[in-house]
Amino acid sequence: MAEISRQTRQSHTGQSLGETAMMPVRFAMGIIDAPLRWVQKKFGLGGMAAFFLLPNMLIFGIFVLLPFFINFAYSMTGGTALFLSDRTFVGADQYSRLFDCSNYTNPNTCAEDTFWTAVGNTGWFVILQVTLMIGFSLVTALILNRDLMARSFWRAVFFFPVLLSPVVVGLIWKWILQRQGLLNFGLYGFGFDPHVWLNDRNWAFAATVGVSIWAHMGFYTLIILAGLQAIPKDLYEAAEMDGTRAMRVFTRITLPLLMPNLLVVIVLVLIRAVQIFDEVYVLTGGGPGTSTLFVTQYIYETGFAAQLRNPGLAAAASILMGLVLVVLTLVQLGLSRSRDKKGARK
Amino acid sequence: MSRAIEFVFRRRSGKGWHWTDIVTWVWLIVGLFVMFGPAVWLTASSFKSPAALAEFPPTILPYVTQKVTVDGYDKPLDLYTATLEDGSTATLAEVRRIGTVSQMVDPAKPAEIVKVNIAKRTPVRQMSFATDNYTEPFTHFDFVRYLWNSVFVTVTATLITLVVNSMAAFALSKYEFRGRTFAMLLILATLMVPLSVIMVPLYSIVSALGLFNNLWGVILPTVATPTGVFILRQYMLTIPDELLDAARMDKASEWQIYWRIILPLTAPALAVLAIFSVVWRWNDFLWPLIVLSRKELYTLQVGLSIYSGELNVQWHFILAMTVVTMIPVVLVFLFLQRFITTGIAGTGLK
Repeated sequence: MAEISRQTRQSHTGQSLGETAMMPVRFAMGIIDAPLRWVQKKFGLGGMAAFFLLPNMLIFGIFVLLPFFINFAYSMTGGTALFLSDRTFVGADQYSRLFDCSNYTNPNTCAEDTFWTAVGNTGWFVILQVTLMIGFSLVTALILNRDLMARSFWRAVFFFPVLLSPVVVGLIWKWILQRQGLLNFGLYGFGFDPHVWLNDRNWAFAATVGVSIWAHMGFYTLIILAGLQAIPKDLYEAAEMDGTRAMRVFTRITLPLLMPNLLVVIVLVLIRAVQIFDEVYVLTGGGPGTSTLFVTQYIYETGFAAQLRNPGLAAAASILMGLVLVVLTLVQLGLSRSRDKKGARK
Repeated sequence: MSRAIEFVFRRRSGKGWHWTDIVTWVWLIVGLFVMFGPAVWLTASSFKSPAALAEFPPTILPYVTQKVTVDGYDKPLDLYTATLEDGSTATLAEVRRIGTVSQMVDPAKPAEIVKVNIAKRTPVRQMSFATDNYTEPFTHFDFVRYLWNSVFVTVTATLITLVVNSMAAFALSKYEFRGRTFAMLLILATLMVPLSVIMVPLYSIVSALGLFNNLWGVILPTVATPTGVFILRQYMLTIPDELLDAARMDKASEWQIYWRIILPLTAPALAVLAIFSVVWRWNDFLWPLIVLSRKELYTLQVGLSIYSGELNVQWHFILAMTVVTMIPVVLVFLFLQRFITTGIAGTGLK
């Protein structure tokens, strides 16, 4: 009640700059109010609930749900036409084309060799990136959880790259890894010859892993840090009294209590890693050759950028990727539910 | 000074150093350089002239060779410090270079040519910030357009996101109706449908609506964020229902309740969502890349990536434009970082 009367008093007396700026908005809201009162009278509270939900659900329906469902239809049509009505039905042809391989371990034996190269690259990327990402963010979180001077400053240091756009991240590192770049300069100081890192298949791949870790590590560090801070302090005090070694404290107290949180983070990293595109596209463009071509870029190029676009094939590939993501998300939901339950019991 | 060092490295527990303390400080200091270094290096490079950018080994600060106009020569000549045959050094201007021999003149005595081995001369350098890198793209390229497009997309999408998401969150938190749980689940389920999975059909829908090559085609698909609805709903659940009932007694309409009670009280959560939304929309790349194919519609991110992918990359412009693209995000980082970090730690959503 107090809140309301304060609100209304302000609107009658306040004439600050902000108030004046809000005048047209207030006026507009006032005009909307009259027809809405009529709606409320006619359809009741349920009608108003529908009214409040409508804009969000409409946008949602058109731009998320509808494409989700017609994606299946797309994946069963052929040709280069854009609109579904102009396309011919081909059944499961696109899928069988994607899976047309004489030997699944060798992408060169497949009809869509680039797809399998992309799948293979993404697989390796996911394995490497997820392991290293968890390792680095866990260590950083453990360190930030210590009794540090200026802790929020250090937390901000590791968080900084998270806000940068993928394009900026890609360009920053492209600039560092080029021939006259900072990395070669540093190595030159130790007597190494300059190397064009991004022209080398293996180094380019390593760069995509490293750069994506650099860019997103701070985000996962924060989540793990929140998990660490939820561990009761008295456990550590008890361990200290018993003179337990630091390593043992970590394996016996920190890790088991952090595990539910860590599992959620692992799945979150996995989900993001599978979709990797932006930074890599700017950094290497998928090259040299196809050494850093990942699935999202394959879908983008097949559907939009290739000379002969094939939306059907792109849709089929995207559904396969979607399946992987759905499984991962369900695992994550299950994990976070069990984590929350445990949290409630504590 | 030693007191200060002692203060910084003092252990709060008052005990001596442990190996974990050493690991901690090494990790933090290395982290400081690895995390900030690349962006600082890029910014420092953006003030260098194209000639300085091509140098190896590079310098950290932007240096250019000093030039001097000498009587009898049309173009300004490069200045060098040369060691002469008698062992003395002099500041000379280079006229031309033949093989390993450089022909030089003393700017004071332009008639007399001195021959110096190129190994015995070093350029006279001075610091100079190549601000052209910044002003050129603004005047000669479509850079202002890209900047404007990015600002337009970011501001409009954020405003629509705030209104649309808060209305939905209000309905989902303060009304009992059939299908409420279903609606909530539907919204959360779309977290599973990222852009990369639906981009082909989404493109056809956006085209069918006539939004291809239109900034609204970039804005609309992004505004109904499940994250936003989720954050706002969680916050609105904490607002007591008695407040709404009291307002209804005073004959307030539902719209007025939303607009005059719920929105002001949700301000902290709205602020967090606004910050997130600004960063998201400013950084969006893949979807604008698909929807916008006309140059004058590019956002900063798309324009930058297209320019940097060209065969003759004009790095001095790219670097400067990258720095400009970074500015809003760095400002958010400096002033609003706290809100974002608590937002992430609280919801686990990005």
